[in-house]
Amino acid sequence: MLAMNYRGPYRVRVDHKPYPEILHPEDAIVRVTRSCICGSDLHLYHGMVPDTRVGQTFGHEFTGIVEEVGPMVQKLKVGDHVLVPFNIACGKCTFCKQGLFGNCHESNPMATAVGGIFGYSHTAGGYDGGQAEYVRVPYADVGPTVIPPDMDPDDAVLLTDVVPTGYQAAEMGGIKPGDTVVVFGAGPIGIMAARCAWFFGPARVIIIDHVEYRLEFARNYAKCEAYNFKSLEDPVVFLKKTTDWLGADVCIDAVGCEAEGNTMQTFTGRVALLQAGSGTALQWAINSVKKGGIVSIVGVYGPPYNMIPIGNVVNKGITIRANQASVKRLLPRLIEHVQAGRLDPKGLITHRIPLQEISEAYNIFSSKLDNCIKTVLIP
Amino acid sequence: MENTDSKYAHIPGWGMDIDLENEPTYPMKNYTGADHDRLNYERSVQQPETVEILKSNERPTLTAVFGTTSPPSGLSGMIRRWAFTHSEDRYRHWIPMILADRINVVEGIVDDLKRGHIPNYFAEKGIKADWKYNRKGLLTKVLAVAAVTAVVITVFSDKKK
Repeated sequence: MLAMNYRGPYRVRVDHKPYPEILHPEDAIVRVTRSCICGSDLHLYHGMVPDTRVGQTFGHEFTGIVEEVGPMVQKLKVGDHVLVPFNIACGKCTFCKQGLFGNCHESNPMATAVGGIFGYSHTAGGYDGGQAEYVRVPYADVGPTVIPPDMDPDDAVLLTDVVPTGYQAAEMGGIKPGDTVVVFGAGPIGIMAARCAWFFGPARVIIIDHVEYRLEFARNYAKCEAYNFKSLEDPVVFLKKTTDWLGADVCIDAVGCEAEGNTMQTFTGRVALLQAGSGTALQWAINSVKKGGIVSIVGVYGPPYNMIPIGNVVNKGITIRANQASVKRLLPRLIEHVQAGRLDPKGLITHRIPLQEISEAYNIFSSKLDNCIKTVLIP
Repeated sequence: MENTDSKYAHIPGWGMDIDLENEPTYPMKNYTGADHDRLNYERSVQQPETVEILKSNERPTLTAVFGTTSPPSGLSGMIRRWAFTHSEDRYRHWIPMILADRINVVEGIVDDLKRGHIPNYFAEKGIKADWKYNRKGLLTKVLAVAAVTAVVITVFSDKKK
């Protein structure tokens, strides 16, 4: 079968790889119908995540048709068209029982801080991902969800990560009616977080980035205010000023470890690798939120450490909430929003590229060519 | 009082998920008592270990399922095995892993050559996309690399004389 093959930083190709096998009685094999390149895949592509091994297939956002099921799979059947949440969850451990499906304790032996994720390095369990024709899906009765018959497959594939992560970013912000919400990062997740923030009734949603076409897209798609930090002398002062000098009620970090905007953070985090990527967005979030405010983090940071102003967290009494999205928990509500027409996930898609052109697809997304927001790969 | 419904009428679903009772919100400890059962929850059967799996030393056993792609091998594998003798808390776990990743890239090229495949570096970097959408930037980059290469060659050839 054809599958994406990681060869090193900024180098990927499509190769023939063996058809995946059922390795556990609760596995299924899924024939991929859609997969996406996620912004967090770029951290792998750029060589930022430790234990990313040559030969791995990336891809944690995919839908597909069940081709084969293990002997203990009871709910799924061959032929079902499913969307597969990016996190691999057993549904039985202490954490899954609490709805923390992104923190399963039985899917990743290689690290305890993160549960298993499809195609996301060995730090997240060493699974091959969905940027392929076929993929092995463990715990098939837990994560995969049959796509409602009236749902567009393009909407479905974005329900595997982008929509739940964006929604959870807003949810973790504990947004209250009348709040001002600031989202750092106008990538797909940041744009979706800004869009979903409105469900919680804020008065203002502001998005900050430095890529002009993405800011323009965010203004139209998420109906929010959008500012280019390169045109602001100091984004933190700007945000204080525009919030009556108090700070935002909620700040969301939707950037993670490859943030730009602060030379020291960029050098120490992305060039010298003295910290796990650049913490600029999180630094700005902490310093822009009001006293007693909430910082919600969905941006991806690698291990082991980042330099952030933790003293300000203490002195301002800030609440920090963060997690990988608990996709399974959120799906029922999000499917309702999509079916009712309140959310238009497929509106994020700007590029459809055949799997065979994976190298170009990664370069287009990584280099922000051709006004790319979201890429869907068609096997 | 301002009519918020009409103010935000252009945003489908505005305020639909307001839940003032949902505080503190997700993620939060949802105490069920099950936490105190520790690891004694009903566990799925164990996936057989058919390839070498490096396990974090912060847990006693493998998880019930795991990925089997790209098992450790070669020099990078030796480094990874050593890294995994240290906990996730330590730099000596993560920094060697990054070193192993970079060595693994060279091993990947060697493996390609052994199989008679010459990696197409430019195709793997998706240069075609640059040619299509960023031709000026690509040409600037090529010229810059050529200029730096020319300077380096000149300096070294002068030194030899």
